[in-house]
Amino acid sequence: MINKVVANADEAIADITDGKTLMLGGFGLCGIPENCISALVKKGVKNLTCISNNAGVDDFGIGLMLKQRQVKKMISSYVGENAEFERQLLSGELEVELIPQGTLATRCLAAGYGMPAIFTPAGVGTEVAEGKETRNFDGKDYLMEYAFDADFAIVKAWKGDIAGNLIFRSTSRNFNPVMAMAGKTTIAEVEELVEIGELDPDHIHTPGVYVHRIFQGKDYEKRIEQRTVRSAN
Amino acid sequence: MLDKNGIAKRIAKEIKDGYYVNLGIGIPTLVANYIPEGVNVVLQSENGLLGMGPFPFEGEEDPDLINAGKQTITTLPGSSIFDSAMSFGMIRAQKIDLTILGAMEVSENGDIANWKIPGKMVKGMGGAMDLVASAKNIIVAMQHVNKAGESKLLPSCTLPLTGVKCIKKIVTELGVFDVLPEGGFKLLERAPGISVEEIRNATAGKLYAEDDVPEMVVG
Repeated sequence: MINKVVANADEAIADITDGKTLMLGGFGLCGIPENCISALVKKGVKNLTCISNNAGVDDFGIGLMLKQRQVKKMISSYVGENAEFERQLLSGELEVELIPQGTLATRCLAAGYGMPAIFTPAGVGTEVAEGKETRNFDGKDYLMEYAFDADFAIVKAWKGDIAGNLIFRSTSRNFNPVMAMAGKTTIAEVEELVEIGELDPDHIHTPGVYVHRIFQGKDYEKRIEQRTVRSAN
Repeated sequence: MLDKNGIAKRIAKEIKDGYYVNLGIGIPTLVANYIPEGVNVVLQSENGLLGMGPFPFEGEEDPDLINAGKQTITTLPGSSIFDSAMSFGMIRAQKIDLTILGAMEVSENGDIANWKIPGKMVKGMGGAMDLVASAKNIIVAMQHVNKAGESKLLPSCTLPLTGVKCIKKIVTELGVFDVLPEGGFKLLERAPGISVEEIRNATAGKLYAEDDVPEMVVG
Protein backbone atom coordinates (compact mmCIF):
# COMPACT_ATOMS: atom_id res chain seq x y z
CA MET A 1 0.00 0.00 0.00
CA ILE A 2 1.23 3.47 -0.84
CA ASN A 3 2.12 5.58 2.16
CA LYS A 4 1.15 9.25 1.78
CA VAL A 5 1.97 10.44 5.25
CA VAL A 6 3.88 13.66 5.72
CA ALA A 7 5.13 14.86 9.09
CA ASN A 8 3.07 18.00 9.52
CA ALA A 9 1.36 20.96 7.87
CA ASP A 10 4.65 22.71 7.05
CA GLU A 11 5.85 19.72 5.07
CA ALA A 12 2.45 19.23 3.44
CA ILE A 13 2.38 22.76 2.01
CA ALA A 14 6.13 23.12 1.39
CA ASP A 15 5.75 23.31 -2.41
CA ILE A 16 2.86 25.79 -2.39
CA THR A 17 4.42 28.90 -3.88
CA ASP A 18 3.27 32.40 -4.78
CA GLY A 19 0.48 32.67 -7.32
CA LYS A 20 -1.00 29.19 -6.89
CA THR A 21 -4.72 28.39 -6.90
CA LEU A 22 -5.91 26.68 -3.72
CA MET A 23 -9.19 25.08 -2.76
CA LEU A 24 -9.90 25.15 0.96
CA GLY A 25 -12.63 22.98 2.46
CA GLY A 26 -15.10 24.04 5.13
CA PHE A 27 -18.38 25.87 5.59
CA GLY A 28 -17.99 28.95 7.72
CA LEU A 29 -15.43 27.84 10.29
CA CYS A 30 -16.78 24.28 10.32
CA GLY A 31 -14.41 21.70 8.87
CA ILE A 32 -11.68 24.10 7.80
CA PRO A 33 -8.07 22.89 7.48
CA GLU A 34 -6.81 24.87 10.49
CA ASN A 35 -3.29 23.43 10.53
CA CYS A 36 -2.58 24.09 6.86
CA ILE A 37 -3.98 27.61 7.05
CA SER A 38 -1.62 28.34 9.97
CA ALA A 39 1.28 26.90 7.97
CA LEU A 40 0.41 29.02 4.92
CA VAL A 41 0.27 32.12 7.12
CA LYS A 42 3.67 31.22 8.59
CA LYS A 43 5.17 30.54 5.15
CA GLY A 44 3.86 33.87 3.88
CA VAL A 45 3.12 32.80 0.30
CA LYS A 46 1.37 35.53 -1.66
CA ASN A 47 -0.82 36.25 -4.67
CA LEU A 48 -2.92 33.19 -3.99
CA THR A 49 -6.27 32.49 -5.59
CA CYS A 50 -8.47 30.84 -2.96
CA ILE A 51 -11.58 28.87 -3.79
CA SER A 52 -13.58 28.43 -0.61
CA ASN A 53 -17.25 28.79 0.25
CA ASN A 54 -16.48 31.47 2.81
CA ALA A 55 -13.53 33.68 3.72
CA GLY A 56 -13.28 32.99 7.44
CA VAL A 57 -13.65 35.68 10.08
CA ASP A 58 -11.25 38.52 10.89
CA ASP A 59 -9.04 36.50 13.20
CA PHE A 60 -9.56 32.90 12.12
CA GLY A 61 -9.59 30.71 9.05
CA ILE A 62 -8.86 32.33 5.70
CA GLY A 63 -9.28 35.67 7.47
CA LEU A 64 -5.75 35.16 8.82
CA MET A 65 -4.40 34.94 5.26
CA LEU A 66 -6.40 37.97 4.18
CA LYS A 67 -5.01 40.00 7.06
CA GLN A 68 -1.48 39.28 5.79
CA ARG A 69 -2.53 40.22 2.24
CA GLN A 70 -1.65 36.75 0.92
CA VAL A 71 -4.79 36.42 -1.17
CA LYS A 72 -5.04 38.05 -4.58
CA LYS A 73 -8.43 36.61 -5.49
CA MET A 74 -11.24 34.90 -3.57
CA ILE A 75 -13.84 32.70 -5.23
CA SER A 76 -16.67 32.18 -2.74
CA SER A 77 -20.44 32.11 -2.35
CA TYR A 78 -20.79 34.04 0.90
CA VAL A 79 -18.29 36.32 2.59
CA GLY A 80 -20.38 38.24 5.07
CA GLU A 81 -18.52 37.65 8.31
CA ASN A 82 -15.26 39.40 7.69
CA ALA A 83 -14.69 43.17 8.05
CA GLU A 84 -11.11 43.08 6.71
CA PHE A 85 -12.36 41.21 3.67
CA GLU A 86 -14.98 43.88 3.03
CA ARG A 87 -12.40 46.65 3.44
CA GLN A 88 -10.00 45.03 0.92
CA LEU A 89 -12.87 44.40 -1.48
CA LEU A 90 -14.22 47.95 -1.39
CA SER A 91 -10.71 49.42 -1.71
CA GLY A 92 -9.99 47.21 -4.71
CA GLU A 93 -7.03 45.43 -3.09
CA LEU A 94 -8.78 42.09 -3.32
CA GLU A 95 -10.40 40.56 -6.36
CA VAL A 96 -13.59 38.67 -5.56
CA GLU A 97 -15.74 36.38 -7.63
CA LEU A 98 -19.02 35.54 -5.93
CA ILE A 99 -20.72 32.47 -7.33
CA PRO A 100 -23.77 30.43 -6.28
CA GLN A 101 -22.99 27.85 -3.61
CA GLY A 102 -24.31 24.90 -5.61
CA THR A 103 -22.34 26.04 -8.63
CA LEU A 104 -19.19 26.20 -6.50
CA ALA A 105 -19.74 22.68 -5.16
CA THR A 106 -20.62 21.22 -8.54
CA ARG A 107 -17.65 22.81 -10.30
CA CYS A 108 -15.50 20.95 -7.76
CA LEU A 109 -17.45 17.77 -8.38
CA ALA A 110 -17.00 18.11 -12.15
CA ALA A 111 -13.22 18.43 -11.73
CA GLY A 112 -13.15 15.30 -9.59
CA TYR A 113 -15.34 13.39 -12.02
CA GLY A 114 -13.27 14.38 -15.06
CA MET A 115 -15.99 16.47 -16.66
CA PRO A 116 -15.02 19.82 -18.22
CA ALA A 117 -18.24 21.68 -17.45
CA ILE A 118 -21.70 21.50 -15.94
CA PHE A 119 -25.04 23.09 -16.77
CA THR A 120 -26.97 24.74 -13.97
CA PRO A 121 -29.98 27.06 -13.86
CA ALA A 122 -28.50 28.96 -10.89
CA GLY A 123 -27.85 32.55 -11.90
CA VAL A 124 -29.76 32.56 -15.18
CA GLY A 125 -31.01 36.10 -15.82
CA THR A 126 -28.70 37.60 -13.17
CA GLU A 127 -25.27 39.23 -13.28
CA VAL A 128 -23.76 35.79 -12.62
CA ALA A 129 -24.76 34.86 -16.17
CA GLU A 130 -22.85 37.72 -17.80
CA GLY A 131 -20.43 36.45 -20.43
CA LYS A 132 -21.44 32.82 -19.95
CA GLU A 133 -22.79 30.43 -22.52
CA THR A 134 -26.46 29.58 -22.01
CA ARG A 135 -28.10 26.39 -23.26
CA ASN A 136 -31.76 25.50 -23.33
CA PHE A 137 -32.80 22.00 -22.37
CA ASP A 138 -36.49 21.09 -22.44
CA GLY A 139 -37.54 24.73 -22.37
CA LYS A 140 -35.38 25.81 -19.46
CA ASP A 141 -32.19 27.87 -19.62
CA TYR A 142 -28.96 26.68 -18.03
CA LEU A 143 -25.55 28.31 -17.66
CA MET A 144 -22.46 26.44 -18.68
CA GLU A 145 -20.00 26.56 -15.80
CA TYR A 146 -16.49 25.15 -16.07
CA ALA A 147 -14.88 22.61 -13.78
CA PHE A 148 -12.40 24.24 -11.42
CA ASP A 149 -8.72 23.96 -12.17
CA ALA A 150 -6.93 24.14 -8.81
CA ASP A 151 -3.26 23.45 -8.13
CA PHE A 152 -3.95 22.30 -4.60
CA ALA A 153 -6.98 21.20 -2.61
CA ILE A 154 -6.60 21.37 1.16
CA VAL A 155 -9.20 19.53 3.19
CA LYS A 156 -9.89 18.57 6.77
CA ALA A 157 -11.24 15.13 7.66
CA TRP A 158 -12.08 13.41 10.93
CA LYS A 159 -10.22 10.17 10.30
CA GLY A 160 -7.88 9.08 7.60
CA ASP A 161 -5.51 6.21 6.96
CA ILE A 162 -1.96 6.33 5.68
CA ALA A 163 -3.20 5.51 2.17
CA GLY A 164 -5.31 8.67 2.14
CA ASN A 165 -8.77 7.21 2.63
CA LEU A 166 -10.91 9.76 4.45
CA ILE A 167 -13.95 9.82 6.72
CA PHE A 168 -15.64 13.10 7.64
CA ARG A 169 -17.67 13.85 10.72
CA SER A 170 -21.12 15.46 10.78
CA THR A 171 -21.62 18.70 8.83
CA SER A 172 -17.88 19.36 8.81
CA ARG A 173 -18.06 17.19 5.68
CA ASN A 174 -19.57 20.03 3.56
CA PHE A 175 -17.19 20.99 0.71
CA ASN A 176 -14.32 18.79 1.86
CA PRO A 177 -15.05 15.60 -0.14
CA VAL A 178 -15.72 17.40 -3.44
CA MET A 179 -12.66 19.60 -3.06
CA ALA A 180 -10.55 16.58 -2.16
CA MET A 181 -11.52 15.13 -5.54
CA ALA A 182 -10.79 18.33 -7.42
CA GLY A 183 -7.22 19.33 -6.64
CA LYS A 184 -4.27 18.45 -8.87
CA THR A 185 -2.54 17.83 -5.55
CA THR A 186 -4.75 17.14 -2.55
CA ILE A 187 -3.60 17.59 1.02
CA ALA A 188 -5.68 16.15 3.84
CA GLU A 189 -5.25 16.98 7.51
CA VAL A 190 -7.08 14.64 9.87
CA GLU A 191 -7.88 14.52 13.55
CA GLU A 192 -6.93 10.88 13.74
CA LEU A 193 -4.51 9.13 11.41
CA VAL A 194 -4.71 5.33 11.41
CA GLU A 195 -2.98 2.38 9.78
CA ILE A 196 -4.47 0.74 6.72
CA GLY A 197 -7.14 -1.79 7.54
CA GLU A 198 -8.48 0.17 10.49
CA LEU A 199 -11.17 1.97 8.50
CA ASP A 200 -14.14 -0.02 7.22
CA PRO A 201 -14.06 0.24 3.39
CA ASP A 202 -17.83 0.68 3.45
CA HIS A 203 -17.47 3.83 5.53
CA ILE A 204 -14.92 5.69 3.40
CA HIS A 205 -16.23 9.01 2.06
CA THR A 206 -13.17 9.90 -0.03
CA PRO A 207 -11.12 7.09 -1.57
CA GLY A 208 -7.38 7.52 -1.11
CA VAL A 209 -6.79 7.76 -4.85
CA TYR A 210 -7.81 11.41 -4.63
CA VAL A 211 -5.46 12.23 -1.75
CA HIS A 212 -1.73 12.83 -2.22
CA ARG A 213 -0.56 13.86 1.24
CA ILE A 214 -2.00 13.22 4.66
CA PHE A 215 -1.00 14.12 8.20
CA GLN A 216 -2.44 14.10 11.66
CA GLY A 217 -3.28 17.65 12.67
CA LYS A 218 -2.97 19.03 16.16
CA ASP A 219 -4.43 21.64 18.51
CA TYR A 220 -7.75 21.95 16.71
CA GLU A 221 -9.60 25.00 17.93
CA LYS A 222 -12.87 24.29 16.05
CA ARG A 223 -14.21 27.73 16.71
CA ILE A 224 -18.01 28.13 16.74
CA GLU A 225 -19.30 31.07 14.73
CA GLN A 226 -22.87 31.26 16.08
CA ARG A 227 -23.30 29.51 19.39
CA THR A 228 -27.02 28.89 19.68
CA VAL A 229 -28.61 26.89 22.48
CA ARG A 230 -32.08 26.17 23.82
CA SER A 231 -32.98 26.57 27.45
CA ALA A 232 -33.09 23.44 29.56
CA ASN A 233 -36.73 23.84 30.57
CA MET B 1 -50.63 43.52 11.25
CA LEU B 2 -48.48 40.46 11.83
CA ASP B 3 -45.17 40.41 13.62
CA LYS B 4 -42.31 38.18 12.39
CA ASN B 5 -43.64 35.22 14.33
CA GLY B 6 -47.09 35.81 12.86
CA ILE B 7 -45.66 35.66 9.33
CA ALA B 8 -43.84 32.45 10.24
CA LYS B 9 -47.00 30.98 11.79
CA ARG B 10 -49.04 31.70 8.66
CA ILE B 11 -46.41 30.18 6.39
CA ALA B 12 -46.26 27.07 8.56
CA LYS B 13 -49.83 26.33 7.43
CA GLU B 14 -48.52 25.86 3.88
CA ILE B 15 -46.36 22.94 4.94
CA LYS B 16 -47.85 19.54 4.25
CA ASP B 17 -47.21 16.20 5.86
CA GLY B 18 -44.20 14.47 4.31
CA TYR B 19 -42.57 17.62 2.95
CA TYR B 20 -38.83 18.15 2.70
CA VAL B 21 -38.33 21.85 3.37
CA ASN B 22 -35.43 24.29 3.08
CA LEU B 23 -35.69 27.30 5.38
CA GLY B 24 -33.63 30.39 4.73
CA ILE B 25 -32.14 32.72 7.32
CA GLY B 26 -34.34 35.24 9.19
CA ILE B 27 -38.13 34.92 9.36
CA PRO B 28 -38.05 31.56 7.48
CA THR B 29 -36.05 30.01 10.33
CA LEU B 30 -38.93 30.83 12.71
CA VAL B 31 -41.32 28.72 10.63
CA ALA B 32 -39.81 25.60 12.21
CA ASN B 33 -41.36 26.66 15.55
CA TYR B 34 -44.92 26.56 14.19
CA ILE B 35 -45.16 23.35 12.19
CA PRO B 36 -48.52 21.87 13.23
CA GLU B 37 -48.73 18.78 15.40
CA GLY B 38 -48.99 15.64 13.29
CA VAL B 39 -47.34 17.21 10.24
CA ASN B 40 -44.07 15.38 9.67
CA VAL B 41 -41.49 17.42 7.83
CA VAL B 42 -37.78 17.03 7.23
CA LEU B 43 -35.79 20.25 7.27
CA GLN B 44 -32.84 20.55 4.91
CA SER B 45 -29.81 22.63 5.72
CA GLU B 46 -27.88 23.20 2.52
CA ASN B 47 -24.47 22.78 4.14
CA GLY B 48 -25.30 19.07 4.06
CA LEU B 49 -28.02 17.87 6.43
CA LEU B 50 -31.52 16.49 6.16
CA GLY B 51 -33.39 16.26 9.44
CA MET B 52 -32.27 19.41 11.22
CA GLY B 53 -33.16 19.33 14.90
CA PRO B 54 -33.46 22.12 17.48
CA PHE B 55 -30.57 24.06 19.01
CA PRO B 56 -28.52 21.96 21.45
CA PHE B 57 -28.75 22.36 25.21
CA GLU B 58 -26.01 24.47 26.71
CA GLY B 59 -22.82 22.45 26.99
CA GLU B 60 -23.85 20.09 24.20
CA GLU B 61 -22.85 22.33 21.28
CA ASP B 62 -20.86 20.46 18.62
CA PRO B 63 -18.64 22.66 16.43
CA ASP B 64 -18.87 20.03 13.68
CA LEU B 65 -22.68 20.30 13.58
CA ILE B 66 -24.05 23.58 12.27
CA ASN B 67 -26.77 24.80 9.92
CA ALA B 68 -26.41 27.03 6.87
CA GLY B 69 -26.65 30.07 9.15
CA LYS B 70 -23.57 28.71 10.99
CA GLN B 71 -25.62 28.17 14.15
CA THR B 72 -25.03 25.15 16.36
CA ILE B 73 -27.87 22.66 15.90
CA THR B 74 -28.68 19.00 16.52
CA THR B 75 -29.63 16.03 14.40
CA LEU B 76 -32.78 13.94 14.87
CA PRO B 77 -33.40 10.21 14.62
CA GLY B 78 -33.44 9.56 10.87
CA SER B 79 -31.20 12.49 9.94
CA SER B 80 -28.68 12.11 7.14
CA ILE B 81 -25.50 13.99 6.30
CA PHE B 82 -23.92 14.51 2.90
CA ASP B 83 -21.54 16.80 1.05
CA SER B 84 -22.33 20.19 -0.48
CA ALA B 85 -22.53 18.90 -4.06
CA MET B 86 -25.17 16.33 -3.14
CA SER B 87 -27.00 18.94 -1.10
CA PHE B 88 -27.42 21.17 -4.13
CA GLY B 89 -27.96 18.12 -6.30
CA MET B 90 -31.14 17.33 -4.41
CA ILE B 91 -32.17 20.98 -4.65
CA ARG B 92 -31.51 21.12 -8.39
CA ALA B 93 -33.29 17.81 -8.97
CA GLN B 94 -36.35 19.18 -7.14
CA LYS B 95 -36.34 16.61 -4.37
CA ILE B 96 -37.00 19.42 -1.90
CA ASP B 97 -40.74 20.15 -1.80
CA LEU B 98 -40.71 23.69 -0.45
CA THR B 99 -38.24 26.53 -0.10
CA ILE B 100 -38.98 29.45 2.21
CA LEU B 101 -36.68 32.46 1.98
CA GLY B 102 -36.46 36.15 2.64
CA ALA B 103 -36.19 38.92 0.05
CA MET B 104 -35.27 42.56 -0.32
CA GLU B 105 -37.52 42.95 -3.37
CA VAL B 106 -39.98 40.88 -5.39
CA SER B 107 -41.32 42.03 -8.74
CA GLU B 108 -44.82 41.50 -10.11
CA ASN B 109 -43.47 38.95 -12.60
CA GLY B 110 -41.87 36.88 -9.83
CA ASP B 111 -38.26 38.10 -9.96
CA ILE B 112 -36.47 38.21 -6.63
CA ALA B 113 -33.54 40.28 -5.35
CA ASN B 114 -31.98 39.36 -2.03
CA TRP B 115 -28.22 39.15 -2.25
CA LYS B 116 -26.57 42.45 -3.03
CA ILE B 117 -26.92 46.19 -2.55
CA PRO B 118 -24.35 47.75 -4.90
CA GLY B 119 -21.79 49.82 -3.04
CA LYS B 120 -23.26 48.91 0.34
CA MET B 121 -23.55 45.21 0.92
CA VAL B 122 -21.49 42.55 -0.78
CA LYS B 123 -21.97 39.43 1.25
CA GLY B 124 -22.76 37.06 -1.58
CA MET B 125 -25.66 34.90 -2.67
CA GLY B 126 -24.74 31.75 -0.77
CA GLY B 127 -27.21 29.10 -1.89
CA ALA B 128 -30.06 31.48 -2.75
CA MET B 129 -29.52 31.52 -6.53
CA ASP B 130 -29.43 27.72 -6.67
CA LEU B 131 -32.58 27.47 -4.56
CA VAL B 132 -34.69 29.97 -6.50
CA ALA B 133 -33.56 28.64 -9.89
CA SER B 134 -34.62 25.08 -9.13
CA ALA B 135 -37.25 24.95 -6.40
CA LYS B 136 -40.70 23.94 -7.57
CA ASN B 137 -42.40 25.74 -4.72
CA ILE B 138 -41.00 28.90 -3.17
CA ILE B 139 -42.61 31.11 -0.54
CA VAL B 140 -41.07 34.49 0.21
CA ALA B 141 -41.32 35.65 3.82
CA MET B 142 -40.58 39.33 4.21
CA GLN B 143 -41.64 42.72 5.49
CA HIS B 144 -43.93 44.49 3.04
CA VAL B 145 -41.91 47.72 3.06
CA ASN B 146 -38.23 48.41 3.70
CA LYS B 147 -36.74 50.50 6.50
CA ALA B 148 -37.20 53.64 4.41
CA GLY B 149 -40.90 52.86 4.12
CA GLU B 150 -40.69 51.89 0.43
CA SER B 151 -42.66 48.97 -0.95
CA LYS B 152 -40.75 45.73 -1.55
CA LEU B 153 -43.46 44.46 -3.91
CA LEU B 154 -42.47 46.26 -7.09
CA PRO B 155 -43.28 46.52 -10.81
CA SER B 156 -39.67 45.44 -11.36
CA CYS B 157 -36.71 44.91 -9.03
CA THR B 158 -34.19 47.73 -8.67
CA LEU B 159 -31.49 45.63 -6.98
CA PRO B 160 -29.35 42.95 -8.70
CA LEU B 161 -31.51 39.86 -9.23
CA THR B 162 -31.17 36.54 -7.48
CA GLY B 163 -33.55 34.77 -9.86
CA VAL B 164 -36.14 35.51 -12.52
CA LYS B 165 -39.83 34.55 -12.69
CA CYS B 166 -39.52 32.11 -9.82
CA ILE B 167 -41.61 33.46 -6.92
CA LYS B 168 -45.25 32.38 -6.77
CA LYS B 169 -46.25 33.19 -3.20
CA ILE B 170 -45.39 35.94 -0.70
CA VAL B 171 -46.37 36.35 2.94
CA THR B 172 -45.80 39.74 4.57
CA GLU B 173 -47.04 41.39 7.77
CA LEU B 174 -49.96 42.75 5.69
CA GLY B 175 -51.17 39.74 3.76
CA VAL B 176 -50.75 36.65 1.60
CA PHE B 177 -50.16 37.12 -2.13
CA ASP B 178 -49.91 35.01 -5.24
CA VAL B 179 -47.69 36.22 -8.04
CA LEU B 180 -49.84 35.75 -11.13
CA PRO B 181 -48.34 34.02 -14.19
CA GLU B 182 -49.41 36.99 -16.34
CA GLY B 183 -47.86 39.43 -13.84
CA GLY B 184 -49.17 41.20 -10.75
CA PHE B 185 -49.76 40.42 -7.09
CA LYS B 186 -53.08 38.84 -6.18
CA LEU B 187 -54.18 39.49 -2.61
CA LEU B 188 -55.43 36.21 -1.15
CA GLU B 189 -55.72 37.07 2.55
CA ARG B 190 -55.47 40.23 4.63
CA ALA B 191 -53.61 40.27 7.94
CA PRO B 192 -55.93 40.80 10.93
CA GLY B 193 -57.12 44.42 11.08
CA ILE B 194 -55.56 45.43 7.75
CA SER B 195 -57.72 46.84 4.95
CA VAL B 196 -57.30 46.28 1.23
CA GLU B 197 -56.71 50.02 0.95
CA GLU B 198 -53.75 49.89 3.35
CA ILE B 199 -52.28 47.00 1.40
CA ARG B 200 -52.78 48.81 -1.88
CA ASN B 201 -50.96 51.87 -0.52
CA ALA B 202 -48.00 49.73 0.55
CA THR B 203 -47.74 47.88 -2.78
CA ALA B 204 -45.91 49.57 -5.65
CA GLY B 205 -46.50 46.71 -8.11
CA LYS B 206 -49.83 45.88 -9.71
CA LEU B 207 -52.25 44.60 -7.05
CA TYR B 208 -55.36 42.59 -7.77
CA ALA B 209 -57.88 42.30 -4.95
CA GLU B 210 -61.44 40.98 -4.98
CA ASP B 211 -64.11 42.91 -3.10
CA ASP B 212 -64.24 40.47 -0.21
CA VAL B 213 -60.68 39.35 0.50
CA PRO B 214 -60.84 37.24 3.65
CA GLU B 215 -58.94 38.04 6.80
CA MET B 216 -56.31 35.38 7.43
CA VAL B 217 -56.63 32.90 10.22
CA VAL B 218 -53.29 32.69 12.00
CA GLY B 219 -52.48 29.68 14.17
